[in-house]
Amino acid sequence: MGNTLVIAEVHNGALRKATLTAVTFAKKAAANEGGAIFGLVVGSGVGAVADDFRRFGLAKVFVADNAAYQHALATTYAAVVAEVVKENGVTLVTATATAFGKDLLPRVAAKLDAGMVSDISDVVDGSTFVRPLFAGNALARVKVSSTIKVVSVRGTAFDAAKPAGNAADVVAITSAPADAVGTTFVRFDETKSARPELTEAQTIVSFGRGLKGPENIPIVEKLCDALGAGLGATRAVVDAGWVPNDFQIGQTGKVVAPTLYFAVGLSGAIQHVAGMKDSKVIVAINKDAEAPIFKVSDYGLVGDLFKVVPELVEAIIKAKAS
Amino acid sequence: MKILVAVKRVPDTTVKLKLKPDGTGVVTDGVNFEVNPFDVIAVEEALRLKEKAGGGEVIVATIGSKDATQQLRHGLAMGADRGILVVNDDDNAIDADVVARTLKAVVAKEQPTLVLVGKQSPDGESNQVPQMLAEHLGWPQATFASKVVVAADKASAEVTREADGGLETLSVRLPAVISADLRLNEPRYASLPGIMKAKAKKIDEFTFESLGVAKAPKVTAVGFFAPPERKAGAVVASVEELVNKLKNEAKVLG
Ligand SMILES: Cc1cc2nc3c(=O)[nH]c(=O)nc-3n(C[C@H](O)[C@H](O)[C@H](O)COP(=O)(O)OP(=O)(O)OC[C@H]3O[C@@H](n4cnc5c(N)ncnc54)[C@H](O)[C@@H]3O)c2cc1C
Ligand SMILES: Nc1ncnc2c1ncn2[C@@H]1O[C@H](COP(=O)(O)O)[C@@H](O)[C@H]1O
Repeated sequence: MGNTLVIAEVHNGALRKATLTAVTFAKKAAANEGGAIFGLVVGSGVGAVADDFRRFGLAKVFVADNAAYQHALATTYAAVVAEVVKENGVTLVTATATAFGKDLLPRVAAKLDAGMVSDISDVVDGSTFVRPLFAGNALARVKVSSTIKVVSVRGTAFDAAKPAGNAADVVAITSAPADAVGTTFVRFDETKSARPELTEAQTIVSFGRGLKGPENIPIVEKLCDALGAGLGATRAVVDAGWVPNDFQIGQTGKVVAPTLYFAVGLSGAIQHVAGMKDSKVIVAINKDAEAPIFKVSDYGLVGDLFKVVPELVEAIIKAKAS
Repeated sequence: MKILVAVKRVPDTTVKLKLKPDGTGVVTDGVNFEVNPFDVIAVEEALRLKEKAGGGEVIVATIGSKDATQQLRHGLAMGADRGILVVNDDDNAIDADVVARTLKAVVAKEQPTLVLVGKQSPDGESNQVPQMLAEHLGWPQATFASKVVVAADKASAEVTREADGGLETLSVRLPAVISADLRLNEPRYASLPGIMKAKAKKIDEFTFESLGVAKAPKVTAVGFFAPPERKAGAVVASVEELVNKLKNEAKVLG
């Protein structure tokens, strides 16, 4: 096999931790097939990111640092990736399946005439990967026949790589910036939150329509505070505008697998479960004993959340103190 | 404004699909099919943009079996003007790239100002066709759209996208490919008069050969299998018991 390229995601001037799960995937794939693992950082003023990335057991880290790359436009980034792939004998291109990776990788695949497999959860061999589909109701073994293969990685399926070996050489890409194909960045409206980011949180409290209205969100926020948890939500309440889209967990939102997941006042529709069923311990609180969420929960409490959750907050504070 | 919307026929998204015992796929006998809910949102957006522009045409296109005509009719009943069916009898024999190249051939015929697609298929979950199509056309892309505003001169659009950590707004030159996320709009239902009218609307049929597209997938599923099942655990009687179990049995309360 040829070499593997891991594309880094840069967030607020730092390497996003999610990228490190794609590094672990790359190591697993290369362990079977051989070849070197390279990193690629694209952005503006990303020297420190490259310096961080080079600690994770990569053979080289390519850096395309240019004001034209300040915003992650799929058009420009895909051109940089394609150039690095062609010039360095890369046959496997990967990134984590975040919004960034999902937007970029299919464009890269099309540019390179490569087959792409999305959101993989395991490696069979150099051209065959495992991925969930049908809202998590099936896994498929998928084979790619093109010489260059593009793979996005399900973050919850691989551990984050740890620093390893000697720091890799950093190689600057100095070619003229790629054409943005008529795309310009206008603005980014950040969702500000003091809570842990959902894909990195150890504990998550998620809620659904059972909360009745946005005015009741403080009830679940107190549970988050007691647990140091991230706050997640179902599509239904995001659609209703109670919380920003960034909170949605599920098949078409974020996929998470924390140590502890509380599902409060949500029914457990297949699309929601697809995004959280790999959590280690799942707790459900729902007043309907027949709610599907109980079928995937380790602990179920049938009751009215308005009564149960405040009691739970008190009990957790007490248990943690003792 | 001429807008092309790609729609896919998919199994009812409320049904928990079961695997076939031989591992060749999922059982779809007795399952209803519908238009991918993301594509319904894309059709709705196209209709609204056409209304706002004061005229134009909305074309719905699909690559699928003859049965997918039903899904085209649904788009026509919502208000789309005509349909295009590229006949394909075996979903396992094509991949996202073949779909994207086929849509490219349809775009070459129709020359729309905008292509609207869903963000993702709920069955195959590839989330690839829109971005691949944009690259094959050499057009801008704006994925995961929650708001689309077309400029008065129809030369560009401002698109707000559901990104990680917030909402990103891009300006894209038209023609472009835009993929719809869940919050873009609330689609209308097909009205009875709409359904009646749809029956008379034209659907043109093509084959891969007639469009000059090679049906040569680079990605094939070689087997399906069941994910590890989660077992339902214990129902606890009280908050006290729950906290006790979390602390002493699961050991997840530090
Ligand atoms: C294409 C597509 C993609 C989708 N993607 C996603 C996705 O990514 N994520 C997602 O979450 N959904 C997704 N959905 C939506 C999904 O199908 C469900 O509609 C949604 O998850 C339901 O949200 P809910 O559980 O909040 O609401 P409901 O299903 O209405 O459940 C509310 C629950 O609250 C309980 N309840 C009510 N009052 C109380 C009380 N006082 N105390 C305790 N419990 C109470 C009820 O018993 C009920 O079980 C998608 C759907 C489609 C079609
Ligand atoms: N067979 C198909 N026919 C028409 N459009 C499709 C087809 N497959 C995918 N698409 C379009 O591409 C979008 C994303 O699908 P996917 O890349 O398969 O997740 C869908 O929402 C559709 O708009």
